[in-house]
Amino acid sequence: MENLVDIFVKSIFVDNMIFAYFLGMCSYLAVSKTVKTSTGLGLAVVFVLGITVPINYLIHNYILKEGALTWISPAYADVDLTFLSFILFIAVIASMVQLVEMVIEKFSPTLYSNLGIFLPLIAVNCSILGGSLFMQERAYNSLAEATVFGLGSGVGWFLAIIGIAAIREKIRYSNVPAPLRGLGITFIITGLMGIAFMGFMGIKF
Amino acid sequence: MKQWENFSKGFIRDNPVFVLFLGLCPTLAVTTSAYNGLGMGLATTFVLVMSNLVVSIIKNLIPGKVRIPTFIVVIASFVTMVEMLTQAFVPDLYEQLGIFIPLIVVNCLVLGRSEAFASKNDIFSAIIDGLGMGLGFALALTVLGAVREVLGSGSLTLIPDVAEFTIYQGDGMLVFVLAPGAFLALGYLIMLADKLKKKMY
Repeated sequence: MENLVDIFVKSIFVDNMIFAYFLGMCSYLAVSKTVKTSTGLGLAVVFVLGITVPINYLIHNYILKEGALTWISPAYADVDLTFLSFILFIAVIASMVQLVEMVIEKFSPTLYSNLGIFLPLIAVNCSILGGSLFMQERAYNSLAEATVFGLGSGVGWFLAIIGIAAIREKIRYSNVPAPLRGLGITFIITGLMGIAFMGFMGIKF
Repeated sequence: MKQWENFSKGFIRDNPVFVLFLGLCPTLAVTTSAYNGLGMGLATTFVLVMSNLVVSIIKNLIPGKVRIPTFIVVIASFVTMVEMLTQAFVPDLYEQLGIFIPLIVVNCLVLGRSEAFASKNDIFSAIIDGLGMGLGFALALTVLGAVREVLGSGSLTLIPDVAEFTIYQGDGMLVFVLAPGAFLALGYLIMLADKLKKKMY
């Protein structure tokens, strides 16, 4: 249990997807103009990460990993299918995104039209594939750990996009130097937020 | 002449990083030195040229509805090739770039060019476009990497052991090598690119 809390807090604050690994930058920059749309996209990312990481964990451990196929027959002990992981992971992600898209379209058409092209683009949001690849690289011990890691990374991404959207709503009334207007200043603000998040690095349990 | 314009638009006018803001994850993550930026840029260029070529060849065979998954599978195959090639021939670069080589699969620049350009144009233009955009991307990454490396550690590495320079002695500003420095450096470079573009066009 302690272990799970540790992974959760760490993936939100210390290994934050945006500030520590720069994953999911495209939608982070493009959709963060208002808090409302950012909330929608952030929730979609939490949801998709929370589903795809555990599914890809199962695929990795029961199909792809070296010796993973022994549950079918001991003869497959030295089969290593890891070279297929990118293609399989991205296929799982693309189909999950399709599912989320249909659910949101059904239940919240306004949110659906607000998110526009960025909902299908979650499929190519690097934070989603990045989540699965980090899961593979860090070799979590159980399904619960992988799920918690997926959810935590999603929540970290969610916090980051809400923060930047709130600041960008305010900064519209400030006097920013002309060449920095738009994305230039957004990067600088993100950098400053990143410095603040570095303060969490000392967290130990 | 038209092809030259097609090739050169990626350098300043439609630079993927400074103007179109595409492919930003690897841009920010790997540019801790000029060499890493250059390596990542060239790897992406290869994937971009090859996927543009294949997409342009098969563009009439793919039904509109499944085109995005098809493009991603084409891109993923070339990325797997790049990963194996870098691991075999430049293992130290492979170590440095880590997870960001597989993440070329989801680089919006690559998918964006397949969708916006290669699926509508002939094979030759598609290759030229991929080459131009890819080199523009590599240029942006190298510049950003150089700025961060010089400010952060006082050295400049274009190719390890062959073209390494020491700009100044002593401690650099560590923050530029760490994550937040990437955002700060890119923010100011975007400002410069904006000025430059207004002067030129």
